[in-house]
Amino acid sequence: MPDSESLRRSPLDEQHKALKARMVPFAGWSMPLQFAGILEEHRAVRNRAGLFDVSHMGRLYVSGADAAALVSRAGTYDARRLEPGQGHYSLLCQEDGGILDDFFAYRLEADRFLVVGNSVNADRDREQIRGLLKPQMNATVEDRQESTVMLALQGPQAVETLAGVVGPEAAQGLPRRRCTETRWQGETLFVSRTGYTGEDGFELVTSVEPGRALWEKLVAAGVQPCGLGARDTLRLEATLALYGNDIDTTTKPWEAGLGWAVTLDNGADFVGRAALEAARTQVERHLVCLIALGPGIMRSGCVILHGGGQVGRVTSGGYSPTLEASIAMGYLPSSLAAEGTSVEVEVRGKRLPARVVPRPFYRRPAAPPGSPKPASS
Amino acid sequence: MAVPAELRYSKEHEWVRVEGDIATVGITDHAQEQLGDLVYLELPKVGTAVRQFEKLGEIESVKAVSDLFSPVSGEVTERNEEAAKSPELVNQDPYGRGWLVRLTLSDASEVDKLLTAEQYEELVAQEQAE
Repeated sequence: MPDSESLRRSPLDEQHKALKARMVPFAGWSMPLQFAGILEEHRAVRNRAGLFDVSHMGRLYVSGADAAALVSRAGTYDARRLEPGQGHYSLLCQEDGGILDDFFAYRLEADRFLVVGNSVNADRDREQIRGLLKPQMNATVEDRQESTVMLALQGPQAVETLAGVVGPEAAQGLPRRRCTETRWQGETLFVSRTGYTGEDGFELVTSVEPGRALWEKLVAAGVQPCGLGARDTLRLEATLALYGNDIDTTTKPWEAGLGWAVTLDNGADFVGRAALEAARTQVERHLVCLIALGPGIMRSGCVILHGGGQVGRVTSGGYSPTLEASIAMGYLPSSLAAEGTSVEVEVRGKRLPARVVPRPFYRRPAAPPGSPKPASS
Repeated sequence: MAVPAELRYSKEHEWVRVEGDIATVGITDHAQEQLGDLVYLELPKVGTAVRQFEKLGEIESVKAVSDLFSPVSGEVTERNEEAAKSPELVNQDPYGRGWLVRLTLSDASEVDKLLTAEQYEELVAQEQAE
């Protein structure tokens, strides 16, 4: 475990200290676990707006005439299909089809992409993608993790809040999963209508100085600063996979319900394609959603029992503030993956009854009739 | 950090209020702050006998589980069902509505083995300096 001296610091470290954030080590970085408290931050995102510093995530800019070809070769989604201003979820795989990371590919222009991956895999992703560069390829991979800040502004009030700080153009015109680059404080500001919380919102990338200013202005506008604790409770409710827990080199995309991120029909050849083509018809287990029917909290690693025998393990689990119950995800044999299946989850020696429920645990409510409609995707 | 003067404290950050032979037990303000938002309490059944410093139950926050130890020996006469249903009460009012269990004391002299408010404050200051 690195001591606090050797942990990397976000460009917003001083801002976090000023807000008295509780800092924790995460993927080699010192990042805020919480500011006001995990439950309060969670509710702020669900009801108003919350702001996350996600500067620790990987940010690679892939440029050149062969940028699209390279991004398509690296991930399971055929990025050549993206128009400028579109983004899509993708998986970085090994030759044997094992998942090395999940990432989002944004096409900024015909020959320029932004690839955002998990912090814990940032260095490996960069080397893997650079390793696919052939001498005749016209493409470069620039790592801008150090020189940029990345924020996630999430919640039903995200649009109006962002518009109030950077102006209405970038905030209000953007459909879901679309992105744009605009100018703010003299520098480029990347804005995408994406997130990891299940709410409406944006992810924002800019250089360090405007990044600090953007954080400060959004907080001054009343947005709740949020840390890693709420980031996890929100994404679990939204039934979004966490690399390392729900997906890893031993899991296949279709088992995790991520087949939609894999382009096999006339798509590009990508690392792991042959193995995944074979795996496509061999899906024997599924990542299910479980809700506890009794008291107790299901956690990652807890054994799942059916008929008294072990049938799986919890991959992600915790408490859902919105559902006021413990929720979890885990792989079950396909025969037990149907909605309504009753199981027991072993929590510290006790057997907690649980049931398979449909995904997602939480879906943000549709706007009431007559309210301003968010831009559609 | 609140440390009421009339209570006694354990090194595991529990407090006890003794009134005759009834002891009320909870966790300190410092403990609830360190643990973060509490989401689940595992409290002993009424009638459970426990010895001083033995495990009494578990308190679970969003991120982790912690053992709860009894500052005194005795028999559990009441559990705080309100707090069990709404664990955030323990965060909001750890010395009041967030009490956890009541016990009949089996040995009042055990209280002498516990820390005074001043001693507890010192303990916390030392732990924070580490």
